[in-house]
Amino acid sequence: MSTQNSIPMPLQHIASRPRRELPEDTQVPTRGLPIRQPPKWHAPLEWLVRAMAMIAVLAIVLIFGFLVKSALPMWTSAEVRKEVTQAQMWFATLWPGYDTPQNVWQPVSEIPKFGLWPLVTGTLKSTIVSMAIAGPLGVAAAVFVAFYARGRTQEILKPTLELLAGIPSVVLGFFALISLATWLQDTFGFDSRLNAIVSGVALSLAIVPVVFTISEEAIRAVPATYVEASTALGAAKWQTILKVVLPTAAPGIASAIALGFGRAVGETMIVLMASGNAAITSWNPADSVRTLSATVASELGEVVFGSAHYAVLFYLGLLLFVFTSVLNLLGGRVIDAQKAKVKSR
Amino acid sequence: MTLTPKSRSMRAKFGDAAMVVATLSAVLLLLLALALLLGDVAVHAHEKLSWTFLSKSPEDGMMAGGIFPAILGTAMLVLLMTAISVPIGVATAIYLHEYARADALWTRAVRMAVQNLAGVPSIVFGLFGLGFFVQFVGGGLDKALHDGKLVWGQPGLLWAALTLATLTLPTTIVATEEALRQIPAAQREAAYALATSRFEVVFRLLVPQAMPGILTGGILAVSRGAGEVAPILFTGAAYFLPELPKSLDSQFMHLGYHVYVMATQSADVDASTPILYATVAVLLGLTFTLNLAAVVVRARIRAA
Repeated sequence: MSTQNSIPMPLQHIASRPRRELPEDTQVPTRGLPIRQPPKWHAPLEWLVRAMAMIAVLAIVLIFGFLVKSALPMWTSAEVRKEVTQAQMWFATLWPGYDTPQNVWQPVSEIPKFGLWPLVTGTLKSTIVSMAIAGPLGVAAAVFVAFYARGRTQEILKPTLELLAGIPSVVLGFFALISLATWLQDTFGFDSRLNAIVSGVALSLAIVPVVFTISEEAIRAVPATYVEASTALGAAKWQTILKVVLPTAAPGIASAIALGFGRAVGETMIVLMASGNAAITSWNPADSVRTLSATVASELGEVVFGSAHYAVLFYLGLLLFVFTSVLNLLGGRVIDAQKAKVKSR
Repeated sequence: MTLTPKSRSMRAKFGDAAMVVATLSAVLLLLLALALLLGDVAVHAHEKLSWTFLSKSPEDGMMAGGIFPAILGTAMLVLLMTAISVPIGVATAIYLHEYARADALWTRAVRMAVQNLAGVPSIVFGLFGLGFFVQFVGGGLDKALHDGKLVWGQPGLLWAALTLATLTLPTTIVATEEALRQIPAAQREAAYALATSRFEVVFRLLVPQAMPGILTGGILAVSRGAGEVAPILFTGAAYFLPELPKSLDSQFMHLGYHVYVMATQSADVDASTPILYATVAVLLGLTFTLNLAAVVVRARIRAA
């Protein structure tokens, strides 16, 4: 084991080859060429590289740790628990002044109410609208670029579509707020100018590059032999695509959708600017909505450090973090498996 | 039902045509959206965009003058972020590709962390920046160095840059590792066979060759960092400041933050719209130029 470790990583495949036994009377030279000793200052720098490589792990642990630490008073502090309980957040509560039990988000009122359902439905609504647009568009564009575009067209098309990813989300939010909202309202006659459809459409522009890039890779990873075999059996190109290529690439495309979904749930500036920010529970996509991420962004600025509201906002962050991490790990696992498959070929 | 050869080929032709139309229209729709957005910005931005707009400070409650402090603030923030995140990112990639054993538990943990970090929502970085850098580290520094007087324990340039550096770390790591992967293993083997130490192999042989890839990663990180607003909402950006930032603990103005506040909180929408469009044009110009540069560098690497 110790000799293994002293051999540099890229050469270990050589070191792990079986050793040839030497005949007993072989003369082993006792002294070879003198080996040059590296300068002393190399070692500390190598340790610096190792130390810096820990920062990514440290960052994830710290992010999680600080979200938990700041949200913890919701369970540990009696004062915070007086204002908010898990039951009030997730279930309908009969508040003074209301006729029926309700789940409402009114963090700044005489009796603060931290019902999460308006935010969860709001997030789901604009996310579903965005995925309904970005999913099909991204996958279809990936099919076109991988199968029908040739040579120069392909070379230009791919970076151009990926340019969409380079648009800052605040610019997309601005565009949705100033122009898109007006166009859509003039066309469809929405009651509220800013709503889940407007933010969903703008959001889809941010998600499309994610779906497009990952599905294109997944489609490209389908072995050429599959396509050739299908064509040799007399299938038309469209049949090959629909019945052979897409089913084979399905795990990759699914992870593209999952990662896109994660991005859509966490995206902040677009929904903050273009969703109307009204915490209403309704399933009508033409109503104004308020998402989890936008709530954190708009309320954290005015919140008192250490208050119940402060803890709840970090709790929302924790929910977002856990949700996107799970999607990310699942999606990433599928992509890694696919890469390993391509490599082994 | 049996198909005669003729009808089969008809069906193939029709099906293929439908497939091309469906997928091509998706591409065209996306290009149209991109063109509409850029066109909308270009048409509205030119009336306000001028040299004075780029070089002057705002006047009359933002309604006159320029956005120079926001440009400068964005540049300072991004430079500081790059100086923090690129060395760490490059070191992590080198560690993952040249030092660590691919199947070791710790290596897998680092990879998982990088992957995970890339997917964390930007607003969560904002929460983290406020909770960790501003309140924990900054507040701690104040207690230790300034007897609790507020110096570091409030939003400022350094904290915003550190938050953004955490956010852009995966970009640099992925790009650098990609570049290292493209260097043929034979070069490493030849160098090791000549009794070169690992340090020399990495820093004399591999890093110089990976430089264009590292550069691409750096450029993409800068572009990403310049456009992100959510992480700096609570860690250092300010809507209006009478002076330019003087030190690492000053607050700063920022193009993206400027767009956000002005678009959502301006009292006079008609007067602020042209200023907004011009600011958006500057921000888009910045990020697009950077992205284009990354595309060109990457194309050069592939061609070489």
